[in-house]
Amino acid sequence: MRRYLWLRIALVVVVVLVSVWYLYPPQKRINLGLDLQGGIHLVLGVEVQKAVENQADRVAEDLQAALEKKGIATTQVAREGSAISVQLASPQTWNDALAVAREFQTYEVASENQAAGRFTLRMSAQQVRTLGDLAVRQAVETIRNRVDQFGVAEPTIARQGENRILIQLPGIQDPERAKALIGKTALLEFKLVDDAVSPEAALAGQLPPDDEIVYQRVTDPRTKTERRTPFVVKRRTLLTGAELNRAEVTSDPNSVGNWQVAIEFNSVGARLFGEATEQNVGRQLAIILDGNLYSAPRINERIPGGRAVITGRFTVEEARDLAIVLRAGALPAPVQILEERTVGPSLGADSIRQGIRAIVASAALVFVFMVVYYRLSGVIADIALGLNLLILLACMAAFGATLTLPGIAGIALTIGMAVDTNILIFERIREELRVGKAPRSAIDAGFSRAFRTIVDTHVTVLVSAAILYNFGTGPVKGFAVSLFVGIVASLFTAVFFTRLVFDLIYGRGRRVPAVSI
Amino acid sequence: MIELFRDPSYDFIGRRRIAYLVSLAFIAIGLLSIIAHGGLRYGIDFSGGTVIQVRFQDPPRIDAIRRSLDGIKLGESVIQEFGDPHEFIIRLPLTSASVEQVTAQVQRALAGEAALGKFEIRRVEFVGPQVGRDLQLQALYAVLAGLAGILIYVAVRFDLKGGFAAIAAVFHDVLVSLGALSLADREFSLPVLAAILTIIGYSVNDTIVAYDRIRENRGKAGQKGRSFAMQINLAINQTLSRTVLTALTVFFSTGVLLFFGGKVLQDFAFALFIGVITGTYSTIYIAGALIVDWTNYVEGRLRRVKKAVAKA
Repeated sequence: MRRYLWLRIALVVVVVLVSVWYLYPPQKRINLGLDLQGGIHLVLGVEVQKAVENQADRVAEDLQAALEKKGIATTQVAREGSAISVQLASPQTWNDALAVAREFQTYEVASENQAAGRFTLRMSAQQVRTLGDLAVRQAVETIRNRVDQFGVAEPTIARQGENRILIQLPGIQDPERAKALIGKTALLEFKLVDDAVSPEAALAGQLPPDDEIVYQRVTDPRTKTERRTPFVVKRRTLLTGAELNRAEVTSDPNSVGNWQVAIEFNSVGARLFGEATEQNVGRQLAIILDGNLYSAPRINERIPGGRAVITGRFTVEEARDLAIVLRAGALPAPVQILEERTVGPSLGADSIRQGIRAIVASAALVFVFMVVYYRLSGVIADIALGLNLLILLACMAAFGATLTLPGIAGIALTIGMAVDTNILIFERIREELRVGKAPRSAIDAGFSRAFRTIVDTHVTVLVSAAILYNFGTGPVKGFAVSLFVGIVASLFTAVFFTRLVFDLIYGRGRRVPAVSI
Repeated sequence: MIELFRDPSYDFIGRRRIAYLVSLAFIAIGLLSIIAHGGLRYGIDFSGGTVIQVRFQDPPRIDAIRRSLDGIKLGESVIQEFGDPHEFIIRLPLTSASVEQVTAQVQRALAGEAALGKFEIRRVEFVGPQVGRDLQLQALYAVLAGLAGILIYVAVRFDLKGGFAAIAAVFHDVLVSLGALSLADREFSLPVLAAILTIIGYSVNDTIVAYDRIRENRGKAGQKGRSFAMQINLAINQTLSRTVLTALTVFFSTGVLLFFGGKVLQDFAFALFIGVITGTYSTIYIAGALIVDWTNYVEGRLRRVKKAVAKA
C-alpha cells in the first residue's frame, strides 16, 4: 500500500476537485424536492372504463346509422355498460344486420338471440386494454400540453403503472388553479336544444329517449350562491372540441369586466359547423363543457368560417385557463386525484432552515466527540467525514438526485453512521496497541482486520437502503439516496482516505514513538 | 486516552434470562399499548384522508378552528397544534368529496370565522383509498424484503443459525420501536416506515460486527477450552466499546433530528431514536444469547437422539 503514496494522494485530490466542480455553485446544482421548494405532487387515476364507454357510445351511433343505411329497422341500439345491445324490429333482417355488425371489427358479437332479433356487441379484452393504454398515453400528452402552456418550470409528467399519471409541479404559487387546469376533462360539445319539450316536463319524467337534461350553472358574484337552470338538449353531438383550431381570450362586449373565449374550428369543423347552423336556423345551439351548459345562443343564420364564442361571465384567469384546456384538447377520459401533496413555498423554506440546522448540529456533536475521544485520529476521522459530505452532495448533483426533507435527515444520519467505520478501525488499532504491538504494525493490523467487518456492515445498510429506494415514494426515496451514497462514500473516505493520512503521518522512515488515538 | 471500557469482561450471556424477561416486558407493554389504542395510529399515507397545515397570523384558539369546521360536516376532523402556536394541522377522514372540494370548503370555513384572522394554507396532503391500500401492502412487502435480504446475507456470510438469531434480534427492535411509537401516541406514517427499515439495517449491522468477531476468534489459540457461550460472550465484550461508541454518534444524530429537525420529521426521528437504543441493547444482550440457546437446544436434542439410538 505504502508504495503508491503519490498515486493515492493524486486520487484523493482528483476526487475532491471533481466533487467541487460538480457542486459549484450549490444552489444551482442540488435539485430540491417539492417538500423543500414548494409545489404540487399529484397522482391522477385515468378512468379508463369511461374511455371504453365513450367509444361504445360512438360505435352505437355509427352502427345505428349503418343499419339504417341498409334499410334495417331497429327499435333500439343502446349502450349497456361497455357493451352495445341491438333490438331489431323484425328477426327477418337477422343475417343482414349481423353482417353489418361484423364490419365493426373492434367489436365482437357477445350474445345473440335470433328468435327475438336481439344481439349484443362487446369489445374484446385485448381491445379494451389497447384502448385503455391509448387513453392513458393521450391523457399524459394532453396534460403535458396544458402544463407547458400554463408555464411551469421543470414539470414532471409521467405515466405510473397501468392507468396512473404522476405529476410534479415545483414552485407553483396557486395550486388550486393548477389542479383545476390539469384535472378538467375539457370535453366541449355542441348540441341542439330540443324546443319540443319543456324542461319542467322533462324533469317530471317525460324525457324523450334521444334527449338529455343539462344544467347551466351561474354563480352570483356577490352572494356566491349557485343558480342552476335546466335545458333539454338532443343527445346527439353535432360537433366537439376535437375539431378546434384556436381558442383565445377576448373581452366580452356585452358586459364590462367579463371575458369570453373565442374559438375557431379547423376546416373539417368549420364545414360541419356551417352545415349544422344552416340546417337548424331558428333553433338554439347549446355549448356544453364537461356536462355543463355555458350558453345556448339562437342560430340566426348559417355561420361560415367556423368561428364561435363561449361566454360565461369568466374572470380573465378563468378565460385564460379555459382557452388553454381547449387548445390542448380534451382528456380521453375523466381523471381523478388519487394522491396529492402540496407544499407552500414558505413551509419549504422553513424545512430547509430546520434541516440545515439539524445537519450542522449533528455534525458539530459528532466532530467534537471524535476529537475528544480519539485526539489526532479523531481529527483525521472528522476530515474524512467532511470529505464524505462533500462527495455525498456532489454525487447527488452529478446524478441529478433530488434532495428532500427526509433526504436531509438521511444526511444527518449518515454523519452518525459513517464515523462508525472509523470507530471500528480505531478500536481495532487500540486493541492491537494494547497487546503490545509497535505503532506502525498496530495500524496495519487494525486496518486490515477491521476491513472485513466494514464490508459486512456496509452491505447490510446498503440492502435496507436499496429496499427503501425501490419501495419509497418521492421523499422517502430521497432518504434512501442520501443513506446509500453516504455509506458507499464512507468506504472511500473512512478507509482509503484515513489510511492515506495515517501512512503520511506514521509512514516511511519516520520514528513513530506513539499513535495519537 | 479516554476509554469507555478497558478490557471489559461482563457476563452478558450468563444473564441472558434477565435480558429475555426485560425484552419480553417491553414488547408486552408495547403490544398492550397498540391493542389499547385499537392498532397503530396510521398516518394518512396508509389510512387515506386529507391533512391540511395552516399557519395563522395570530395564534388562534383551537375551539375557534373547531367551531368554524363544525359547519361543513366533513366527518370527524382532528385539529392539532403543530410545532408552534401559529401553526395547526387539520386532519380529515376520507369522504366522497374530492380533495379540491375539501380544501376549498376548509378554506372558506376558516375565512368565515372572524376570530381566526389571516391565515395561509401551507401544506395539503391527500391520499385516496386506493393509494392508501397500495402503500399498506408495499410497506409490508418492504419490511419483509428487508428482513429476508438480511437473513440471506447473514446466512451466506455466517450460518443459518446466526441469520435467524439476527432476524429475531431485529424483529425484537422493530416490535419495541412500534410499541414505543404507540405509547407516545405518534403516527405510523411513510417516513416512520423508512425509519423502521433503517433500524433493521442498523441493528443487523451492529449484530454482524459481533458475529464477525466470533468467527475471527474461532481457530485462534486459547479458544479450545472455552465453551460456545464463553466464546460468544468474549466476542460481545471485545466489540463492546465499538458498539457503544457508534451507538453514541448515531444517537447524537437522531437526537438532534428529534429535537431540532422540525415538526415534520419528528415521528420519523422518534422511531430512529428508539431504534438506535433498542438496536444496541439487542446486539449486546439478545443476538448472541439467542445463538447460545438455539445451539444448546439443538445439541441437547441431538444428544438425546444419540442416546436413544445407543440404547436401541
